Amino acid sequence: MKSKKRFYEFLVFNIFRIISFLVVGLLFVILFFISIRGIGVINWEFLTSMPKEGMTQGGIFPAIVGTFCLMVGSMLFAFPIGVLSGIYTNEYLKESRFKSFLRSMTNNLAGIPSIVFGLFGMALFVNKLHFGDSLIAGSLTLGLLALPVIIRTTEEALKTVDMSLRTGSYALGATKLQTIRRVVFPIAFPNILTGLILSMGRVSGETAPILFTVAAYFLPKLPQSIFDQAMALPYHLYVLTTSGTNMEESRPMAYGTAFVLIMIVLIFNLLANWLRRYFGKKVKM
Amino acid sequence: MKDKSKEVEVEQKPTVIIETKTANLFYGSFHALKNIDFEAYQNTVTALIGPSGCGKSTFLRLFNRMNDLIDHVNISGKILLNNKNIYDKSIDVDELRKKVGMVFQKPNPFPKSIFENVAYGLRVNGISDSGYIEEKVKTSLQQAALWNEVKDNLKKSAYELSGGQQQRLCIARALAVEPEVLLMDEPASALDPISTSHIEELIFELKKQYTIIIVTHNMQQAGRVSDYTSFFYMGDLIEHGSTKQIFTSPKDVKTQNYITGRFG
Ligand SMILES: Nc1ncnc2c1ncn2[C@@H]1O[C@H](COP(=O)(O)OP(=O)(O)OP(=O)(O)O)[C@@H](O)[C@H]1O
Ligand SMILES: [Mg+2]
Repeated sequence: MKSKKRFYEFLVFNIFRIISFLVVGLLFVILFFISIRGIGVINWEFLTSMPKEGMTQGGIFPAIVGTFCLMVGSMLFAFPIGVLSGIYTNEYLKESRFKSFLRSMTNNLAGIPSIVFGLFGMALFVNKLHFGDSLIAGSLTLGLLALPVIIRTTEEALKTVDMSLRTGSYALGATKLQTIRRVVFPIAFPNILTGLILSMGRVSGETAPILFTVAAYFLPKLPQSIFDQAMALPYHLYVLTTSGTNMEESRPMAYGTAFVLIMIVLIFNLLANWLRRYFGKKVKM
Repeated sequence: MKDKSKEVEVEQKPTVIIETKTANLFYGSFHALKNIDFEAYQNTVTALIGPSGCGKSTFLRLFNRMNDLIDHVNISGKILLNNKNIYDKSIDVDELRKKVGMVFQKPNPFPKSIFENVAYGLRVNGISDSGYIEEKVKTSLQQAALWNEVKDNLKKSAYELSGGQQQRLCIARALAVEPEVLLMDEPASALDPISTSHIEELIFELKKQYTIIIVTHNMQQAGRVSDYTSFFYMGDLIEHGSTKQIFTSPKDVKTQNYITGRFG
């Protein structure tokens, strides 16, 4: 009896283990696959020059710059707004029907397919507000896409802050705003940064929202202002694989682009993780 | 003038600092405090005792208006601090809480350094003179009998202190803003006997400067530290008097039963 039970435990445990290894393994296969094909074309010129010869030669510099601008631009817009509205819903809004309505709407927003955001961004920013295809239109669209995740992670981060710390602060004569600014927010901040990381990764790789709002098929110069069009890595990748002038010849360029995209996401993750730990240490837990 | 103050001392007539007149509190439709008339005197310790759920914490929270933070709370009657109704519209709640400090059952230091914990109340009150803050942190920690243990580690996280030390830190934190009244809700219930006796000695010292109201479940503790005792039962203030009287000759049979441990 006992050994049968043990065997069963052993079996289930190992099934779990194998499955989780498979998942991690798959991740490494993807990374490996992209790397061996992409790394060959990576050199200084590839990273710093314009595309040439119908995108079969040269580099992807404008796409890197474009993606970077979009990441920063969308976060400049979405991070403060997302964090402030997360603070508002969690700290100021009392439990009510309105609050749960707001919650479920935020969740719904997160579930909307990104192409719909793209369409909306085109209608509102490109056409209605006359921004045209531009970095600002693309950033705002991507920002909208990132907003629900940032709001949610902010709320979750604030919820983990112990209530007794808030009452402790009030009992010393601190106002609500002081309590949030000096006690609650610093504790929650490292976790809020996680939201930023997740959405930066997402934003850098999205194609659909930028398709109609900013992305240029081929633009061998850098954007000069926020009202300019720009190239971007995911869209460039799409172009290279589906509609380049010579798809066979541009294939290595596509893998190189994919590799760079992955690396950017990775570097941002590492950076944000480091920031998270840095701020986590400042809060003396 | 001088003569008068001497007279007061001779007579030992206690100055009323805190007073309630027919105070009532409802949580929604639940009547948690019923027509309470109560007084606490300057430089004395008043112990609130009674079985769990009788309203001691709720009553304590009246005096720094912490009940305001709870939804659906309704309060009526008069709650006076130095003869002024603290539920008056003209009262600034943040200012009130500076005058009426509170120490909670579970130590709740902020995840900051020891120094910053004590300085917190000063900083939120707009004090930025670092010399003054340093001095005040020191004297507050001394008053809370913690200074000798932490003076070399003021930058250390408060979370690295033991539970008893954390509670004394919370007391120091409350003292730093120079309150007139100190509310303590079972401040020693989460602590070991040695830390508990530390806190009790401390209370004895502190009453020279402050008026203290303390909730406790420990009858011996109430007997040791308090001058006055109030017995609560199901939202009623059953009996209020000098601790000696309450413990030796209670007038109400409920008080007697509770003190002798027959229920509670
Ligand atoms: N936030 C609240 N909402 C609704 N009812 C509450 C709330 N807080 C306390 N009560 C109720 O009010 C009554 C008094 O509670 P209180 O916490 O003041 O009791 P207590 O005497 O401090 O008890 P204990 O000795 O267990 O700490 C209890 O019946 C409790 O259920
Ligand atoms: Mg209580």
